[in-house]
Amino acid sequence: MDCNGYRQENHDQNLFPKPKVLVLEPPPVFIYHEDKLSQKFHFLKAWDSPLPLDQFLTTHAHSVQAILSHGSCPVTTNTIRLLPSLGLIVTTSAGLDQIDLQECRRRGVSVAYAGSLFSADVADIAVGLLIDALRKISAGNRYVTQGLWANNGDFSLGSKLGGRKVGIVGLGSIGLEVGKRLEPFGCNILYCSRNKKSSVSYPYYSNVCELAANCEVLIICCELNDQTRHVINKEVLLALGKKGLIINVGRGAIIDEQEMVRCLMQGEIAGAGLDVFENEPHVPSELISLDNVVLSPHRAVHTEETLMALVDLVIGNLEAFFSNKPLLSPVLLDE
Amino acid sequence: MLTSSEQLEKRFTLYKFHSIPDKAHFLNSNKASIRAVVGNASAGADAQLIHQLPNLEIVSSFSVGLDKIDLAKCKERGIRVTNTPDVLTDDVADLAIGLMLAVLRRLCQSDRYVRSGQWKKGDFKLTTKFTGKSVGIIGLGRIGLAIAKRAEAFRCPISYHARTEKSDVNYKYYPSVVELAANCQILVVACALTEETRHIINREVINALGPKGVLINIGRGPHVDEPELVSALVQGRLGGAGLDVFQDEPNVPEELFGLENVVLLPHVGSGTMETRKEMADLVIGNLEAHFLNRPLLTPVL
Repeated sequence: MDCNGYRQENHDQNLFPKPKVLVLEPPPVFIYHEDKLSQKFHFLKAWDSPLPLDQFLTTHAHSVQAILSHGSCPVTTNTIRLLPSLGLIVTTSAGLDQIDLQECRRRGVSVAYAGSLFSADVADIAVGLLIDALRKISAGNRYVTQGLWANNGDFSLGSKLGGRKVGIVGLGSIGLEVGKRLEPFGCNILYCSRNKKSSVSYPYYSNVCELAANCEVLIICCELNDQTRHVINKEVLLALGKKGLIINVGRGAIIDEQEMVRCLMQGEIAGAGLDVFENEPHVPSELISLDNVVLSPHRAVHTEETLMALVDLVIGNLEAFFSNKPLLSPVLLDE
Repeated sequence: MLTSSEQLEKRFTLYKFHSIPDKAHFLNSNKASIRAVVGNASAGADAQLIHQLPNLEIVSSFSVGLDKIDLAKCKERGIRVTNTPDVLTDDVADLAIGLMLAVLRRLCQSDRYVRSGQWKKGDFKLTTKFTGKSVGIIGLGRIGLAIAKRAEAFRCPISYHARTEKSDVNYKYYPSVVELAANCQILVVACALTEETRHIINREVINALGPKGVLINIGRGPHVDEPELVSALVQGRLGGAGLDVFQDEPNVPEELFGLENVVLLPHVGSGTMETRKEMADLVIGNLEAHFLNRPLLTPVL
């Protein structure tokens, strides 16, 4: 590029500067696709600065209108209050428990999220963890690669999936995808949800405990909020019973983790498949020692294909906001 | 609950051939009195054994596969043969899907990542989406069809190869395995092992499947040219594999142990308590029917 070209680009930059977007901590989509994102937006990187967050915000981000956030990055009341020009929070997550939605409502800040972009990937992991837990795929793989098949003989038997009653907790976009996938396996699908869904014929239960008492597998697909925090407690786990399995692809805090660990150690439930935990990346050491548990490091949504689709969604939402057009995947805040 | 062995012992005089140290001597002493053989996926009744048992009337296999039984010899001698179809179809199909998910989404590797404490140091890497991937099935019998139905729920386009095209399915048919492999992302072996299908997965097929392709084998080890498969995986010419069966079980090529895109299982396709009980009931039921001169439950011959 010659001098004239450089000056022209610089000149254009001053006339039409890239909109500023604040990033508190980099979401995976940012780590993998920063180039593509930076072509359209100028990112203020709070995590990169030596300044404590409050100071960074008041010094550098006072006029910022948009934040790019992700599932494990809290956007607190305090942060929102330090940004008087804030109009939009874009989160790369489907979950919203990390954002102070009440403050957003109060201030008229819009929120855009991942919508149902992840639902297929999360449903795939839910089914994968279930088959793995029942049929001992990870444990069987360990058996072979540790040389035990050749030395110790046949591996132990697993349990059949077909014919099992599967209770889905939360029949939103993810829960529906899980139900659809399990039907041809011969599973009987039951569910509990805030409201009964007229579009499905699965039997509905109004509370989780009753659902647990009537099924052999519980799959947690709901969001984390005040009503669902620790909704899977001792009572629910005991109702699920000694042959029961629990699969969690929602949020760790939906389950009383200590209680679940105790139930697993004492054989009150038969096993678990977990993608999320109460205090990530910390996982209770008791779970590490169990062979009837399958563990996943909160990666249910992290496939290459979905991340590419996510970049486009993030860019689309930010562009819409900065050109006063309707957001592509807005969160309805008036509930 | 009685084990299969215990149940057999209650009703018949049972000899556990595999644990007899001097098999030749045993056969010499007992050959006249043996009227039935119970086989499984590892051992059945080959020509030699059939020849040594002049009063053999029935071979009842604890498997659906018949590759360990010399069917021609049995037909010649008028020996009845039974297997265990249908009762294991669901379990094998479930496992095929489980292997696809485990390979594409790296379930075993990420489980290990958590157990070893690596998650505390950083996030696990990106994996490959399973929903929507094209699945090619070799053999559209009971098990192949069951796999197709499950994969369809994940919006996977289904294609297949079989001896003949099936008029009552909507899936795309390919007249050769190589063409099927070139046109799908996940290739599943779900056919019977016969002389024609031995090494049906060879170098040409593996190359056609390619560096982004995944092979799932829930059939029999000899369906695959195993050394070719190993070198393709080690060299990255094949994207991944989920294997429940091997050329020489329980021996598995150790070069595969450290590969993150490979899942290895110790032949557990029908390995659930529920299904093994049903299979055992069929084996015993067939034997009892035979000795009571009643119609066999699941005869092959």
